[in-house]
Amino acid sequence: MSNTPPLPRWADLILLPVINLFVALAICGVIIAVIGENPFQAFGVMIKGAFIYPESLGYTLYYTTNFIFTGLAVATAFHAMMFNIGGEGQAYVGGLGAAFAAFLVGPFAPWFITLPLCILGAAAFGAFWAMVPGYLQAKRGSHIVITTIMFNFLAASLMVWLLAGPMMLQGQQSPQTAIFDTSAHLPKMSEIFAIFGVKIAKSPLNISFLLAIVALGIFYVLIWKTRLGYEIRTVGKNPEAAHYAGINVARTIIIAMAISGAFAGLMATNEVLGVHNRVILNFTAGYGFTGIAVALMGRNHPIGIFLASLLFGVLYQGGAELDFEFKSITREMVLLIQGMIILFSGALAYMFNPPLARFLVRIGLVKGVQDA
Amino acid sequence: MLDFLLQLLLALDATLRLATPLILCAMAGIFAERSGIVDISLEGKLLTGAFVAAAVAAITGSAWLGLFAAIGASVFMSLIHGFACITHKGDQVVSGVAINILASGMTVIAGIALFAKGGQTPHLPNESRFRAIEFYGVETLNNVPVIGTIYRELISGHSLLVYLALVLVPICAFVMYKSRFGLRLRAVGELPEAVDSAGISVTWLRYRALIVGGALCGIAGAYLSISHGANFVREMSAGKGYIALAAVIFGNWRPYKALFACLLFGFLEAGTSRLQGVDLPLIGEIPIQLMLAVPYIVTVLLLAGFIGRPTAPAAIGQPYNK
Repeated sequence: MSNTPPLPRWADLILLPVINLFVALAICGVIIAVIGENPFQAFGVMIKGAFIYPESLGYTLYYTTNFIFTGLAVATAFHAMMFNIGGEGQAYVGGLGAAFAAFLVGPFAPWFITLPLCILGAAAFGAFWAMVPGYLQAKRGSHIVITTIMFNFLAASLMVWLLAGPMMLQGQQSPQTAIFDTSAHLPKMSEIFAIFGVKIAKSPLNISFLLAIVALGIFYVLIWKTRLGYEIRTVGKNPEAAHYAGINVARTIIIAMAISGAFAGLMATNEVLGVHNRVILNFTAGYGFTGIAVALMGRNHPIGIFLASLLFGVLYQGGAELDFEFKSITREMVLLIQGMIILFSGALAYMFNPPLARFLVRIGLVKGVQDA
Repeated sequence: MLDFLLQLLLALDATLRLATPLILCAMAGIFAERSGIVDISLEGKLLTGAFVAAAVAAITGSAWLGLFAAIGASVFMSLIHGFACITHKGDQVVSGVAINILASGMTVIAGIALFAKGGQTPHLPNESRFRAIEFYGVETLNNVPVIGTIYRELISGHSLLVYLALVLVPICAFVMYKSRFGLRLRAVGELPEAVDSAGISVTWLRYRALIVGGALCGIAGAYLSISHGANFVREMSAGKGYIALAAVIFGNWRPYKALFACLLFGFLEAGTSRLQGVDLPLIGEIPIQLMLAVPYIVTVLLLAGFIGRPTAPAAIGQPYNK
């Protein structure tokens, strides 16, 4: 492939991801057609479900919130060339952190003390659950992918044990904790708007959406504007060079993983503090894995992560709509689309690179390289 | 005493049944990983195999057709993995994640489209399944103490696929260590440049390793849905592919050691149902979640070098660039 001219920045950042997304959606469309439904109608229903109804935008943004957090988690680790598959487990354990703060402080303190402590608890527990694999990778030579996978299962075992045992609400059957005191409830957006006299439709969308937007900003500053971010990116690009430049590689990896886990843990603020107001079984529902698709599509950049999160918010909310409108296609369609997106924007990200580059040269948008 | 022996035998019997899908997937994982390809997509291939086996057996009524279709579908998933990370040099972990997610979405979608039962497949009659095989002489030996019981409970009375899994382990070991293909396969996972400079195609070797792995996962999937179970249910693989991966690591990427790991993990799983709520002397009640988590804990400790030191294939995870 030495005769492939490099893609211009705009094509690499916008055109190629759009092509990959389009191919992923096209294959899903073919599968829908094979099942016997009209793919355009199906995608239409999804778009409608995600935007048109009064409450649908709220639901879409509520899902988006989860994906921003888990996407940031995967992206932070990616910058250090660590593949954190453990977002699911870190978010799950993050919920535990939020619950501890809510139960220990909630009954005695007002909201402006309880809520920050709950949010910190979520971030801290998530950070811890990622830091251990980070430490094992940096100091003991484990493999981060395998360790974080195992930590997902360990988190699931731990949470089942806690929710069905010591932390289970007395006198009921389903494994979940008691409801938190109101001081640990994150306000819903509809409630906040109501204070200002604006009436919007009720949805699970809560203030953690704004927290997610702030997290995007923090991520940008951290990765590109701080010394730590520079170290993280250097370690990610070339650990040997980083070492010779005097960067403590092991320490940087551990810190990067901790920050990554903290972002994942913050997902619990949306689900646990904002929506359920308690910890329920499997509240993470695979959002941690979606974070992988989000980070890959968003190219580990805050703007890209926001757009990819929004796309998945649309898919999840619109996908739920499929259940009502069709008999033979359901919300699992979203899993299929998600898998295709990870395949085409991740594993096959550069499959279309050479043909696209040659095409751009032929239509004269890009100058070809003379001597290959 | 005799009661204890019977209990132990029943536990070992359950161990064998629970370990079978792990053994098959672990052998698949060994082939892929010894050729230098990280295979976290065992889970997805297992799930695909389970669904296709149950669906085809339900439609055709033939367990054998179900088995072969499962092998075909699982190999197809392997080929996607190969296309992404051998042909296009994509990230092997990302590709594996994609396949796992595709499998969990696709099995449910296809299940609903074909059978409209919320993602399940119809309950299979016994003749469309691989049923327990009664060995010759169970009746005659029944009166012999100990040996008769062992023969009846542990050795006889499993499905064909259980015996197949056990027979495949020495075959895999033989192929891996005594055949030319195996030698080259191990070489390509350690130093692909050497294999390439000997004029052997790295690409084709790795594809073949993945195809073998896909076939093994297909058999494992068929075992789950048309032998051990009688239909497919959503997320039927339930993390078994990952436990198999843990067994590969625990077995240091070697067939017999991995077999041992699978049997150990199977034994733990078999033990959970027997020990649930039982107050053991001295120890007290063991939480079943803790027992189920042992494979993961062991793998983490092992990879961190706290118990022994695993030696992964040297070239694992790296696409080969000429």
